[in-house]
Amino acid sequence: MSELKLMKGNEALAEAAIRAGVDAYFGYPITPQSEVIEYLMTERPELRTGMVVLQAESEVAAINMVYGAASTGKKVMTSSSSPGISLKQEGISYMAGAELPAVIVNVVRGGPGLGTIQPSQADYFQSVKGGGHGDYKLYVLAPASVQEMSDFVTDAFDIAFKYRAPVLILSDGLIGQMMEKVVLKDQVERISDKDLIKMNGYWATTGKKDRERNIITSLDLQSEKMEARVHRLQKKYVKMELEDLRYETIDCEDADYLIVAYGSSARISQKAVELARKKGIKVGLLRPITLFPFPKKQLFDLANQVKGILSVELNAGQMVEDVKLAVEHKVPVEHFGRTGGIIHTPEEVLEALEQKIINHGHFRHHKTRESSIL
Amino acid sequence: MDILDIIKPENQVFCKTKLMTDTALSYCPGCGHGTAHNLTMEVIDEMGIVEDTIGVAPVGCSVLAYDFMNIDMTQAAHGRAPAVATGIIRTWPEKYVFTYQGDGDLAAIGTAETIHACNRGENIVIIFINNGIYGMTGGQMAPTTLEGMHTSTSPYGREIKNMGSPLKITELIANLPGVYYVTRQSVHTHKHVRKAKKAIRTAFENTRLKKGLSFVEIVSNCNSGWKMTPNEANIWMEENMFSYFPLGDIKVDGKLK
Amino acid sequence: MSEEIIIAGFGGQGVLSMGKILAYSGIMQDQEVSWMPSYGPEMRGGTANVTVILSDERISSPYLKVFDTAIILNQQSMDKFENTVKPNGILLYDPNGITHHPTRTDIEIYQIEGAKLAAEMGNKKIFNMIVLGAFLKIKPIVKLENVLEGLKKSLSERYHHLIPLNKEAITKGMNHIKKKSKEKTSMPS
Repeated sequence: MSELKLMKGNEALAEAAIRAGVDAYFGYPITPQSEVIEYLMTERPELRTGMVVLQAESEVAAINMVYGAASTGKKVMTSSSSPGISLKQEGISYMAGAELPAVIVNVVRGGPGLGTIQPSQADYFQSVKGGGHGDYKLYVLAPASVQEMSDFVTDAFDIAFKYRAPVLILSDGLIGQMMEKVVLKDQVERISDKDLIKMNGYWATTGKKDRERNIITSLDLQSEKMEARVHRLQKKYVKMELEDLRYETIDCEDADYLIVAYGSSARISQKAVELARKKGIKVGLLRPITLFPFPKKQLFDLANQVKGILSVELNAGQMVEDVKLAVEHKVPVEHFGRTGGIIHTPEEVLEALEQKIINHGHFRHHKTRESSIL
Repeated sequence: MDILDIIKPENQVFCKTKLMTDTALSYCPGCGHGTAHNLTMEVIDEMGIVEDTIGVAPVGCSVLAYDFMNIDMTQAAHGRAPAVATGIIRTWPEKYVFTYQGDGDLAAIGTAETIHACNRGENIVIIFINNGIYGMTGGQMAPTTLEGMHTSTSPYGREIKNMGSPLKITELIANLPGVYYVTRQSVHTHKHVRKAKKAIRTAFENTRLKKGLSFVEIVSNCNSGWKMTPNEANIWMEENMFSYFPLGDIKVDGKLK
Repeated sequence: MSEEIIIAGFGGQGVLSMGKILAYSGIMQDQEVSWMPSYGPEMRGGTANVTVILSDERISSPYLKVFDTAIILNQQSMDKFENTVKPNGILLYDPNGITHHPTRTDIEIYQIEGAKLAAEMGNKKIFNMIVLGAFLKIKPIVKLENVLEGLKKSLSERYHHLIPLNKEAITKGMNHIKKKSKEKTSMPS
């Protein structure tokens, strides 16, 4: 039976992991995501479903435990926050290369370095442009509510196993720490080892029985083989763009101006849209739910309709680059966002829209065109 | 008598285990890796546990161990094999999981993973090949390089003051309560090969009995890295390596010797 | 209906749990709710605050600049949040430890001597429930029965025997609230 609860985003994610029939979670504490492992340890999922929960000695060890369990076809996940996710990048790159399904959660805090424990969206580049070394991408889901923190666990595993690839849930301290109403999904039974071997036995290292040996590796010393592997990965990413793009539009039908924002910034921007409309300014919001794949075509089309676009992010300007690429200079695109753990208010977003786009849009548009000609 | 009259099953006294593939070993002639691979596969074969065995390959000379070992294998990032093995054994507690690692992998970049997997007493086998040098990358200094030993990154010999002492990681982990069996062997003579195989067998039997972590160090040579003929390397190993890394059991049945 | 509230004070005053009980009460009457805390080291002994929104509709931003109501429980929070109350909004505060009282004239200002009353009742921990009672007297956005249901949900079972005491504290708060601002509307009965 589904259940209604008031929960923190981090707790909802942890509870969803148990209910989704996840086999194992390996993690390491770091603010602002420690509630995930704390919740899991308190809930004793080993008694509820047989799920394994282990506190590793480091983020590096945790992601490699995920690598090990994922290589046997198990449903396995980890979570961390920005500095910890940096440490996990080696393992994530290996998993992308070795084509392993897994879910990684980043409850982002401000950086660079030790930075701040307060919310941030400054890991956008790291998340969608690779993160670790090599030619790979992650499918990136960006929850904007506690409900989505819960729902996206199942969605992320579906994608991870559909493509046999690591999937990232890119949250932030605001979504992780806030409480909202959440409808929890029904308990899904964990897959039995027998069924797992039936489903994943053709690739997973479950022990060589009635078949040739399975090998999990990201190494190809022969260049032609390695290139073939890279091409195989790129095909997955094309397919993700065709089949699994997700986004949401709010008040875009008659919009003269557009805000693009994901996660917590999308929530704040939605309020800015409300405030703008009260003032008689027709603003719409495009919320990418997946950051890769990115709603490029939708942005390109909306650029035919609106006079300018503001990319609102809790960072110094990252997604704005992808927005600019998508709209191909058709309209001015500007960035607004606070950093250092400061969260922009809806009022600040509206003010930025008015100053950067509505009042100066034409002038900047002109300048952009000239510079692009030069 | 024709040769074909001799090649008959009833005359067979030795054969290669079917758990070694026909792929030619990429190791240098005289290297101990081939023997250590073979012993590990023989034990798995003889115990009849191949269907339940998952190996973890390291980064180093044996990075391609999965090309030679005809079993299910996962290749880990440099030093992370014990964490990878932890992920496997925790989700498949009935399996036999082993890592096969060199000295740079296990005792330098992977020290944290090694010590913590040992400390948790993961029910796995760690096979540790110690030849005191980084073979694959071309003979650089390892954590176990002996004092005064010349390598490409200690060209004037390992100097303790700057570079620290050779790390006795095996003695270190033997002190951890989660570790059940620790032994140091070699594979350079028939006698030693037989003892090493017995040690590997004991380690896998411990897994069967869920005793916790078993750790088998094999002190080996690296004639290419040491810049010696195989025979010279073996003699040098006996004269220099064994005095610092003495062979024998260090911990048996959970008790220090 | 939508009510945007900031509750701010010292860590340990029960700021976050007061917010949580409000949020639970909202759920009990089928509303959308959000509870957005300040988090981190400042929780330990420093200032703590939480934004709570109860609404009949989907809540957009859980993080706000201005509020319908500010419940302020120490001087630092007064300095920080007095100006965030919307015109005609409400500021409710405990005068205990306040040296600079609020001066705005475009909002309604109320006082509740929560700390003093809690001490009189012999249990400092029910301080936040006295304040909550005072707030609900001015703005009965949630029914008392839903608050009690919310309390049940947010307290673990071994504390359920304390619910009658909490109810008493809420009533106490309702009965002891004082209006400080001179003009504007009269107190709701």
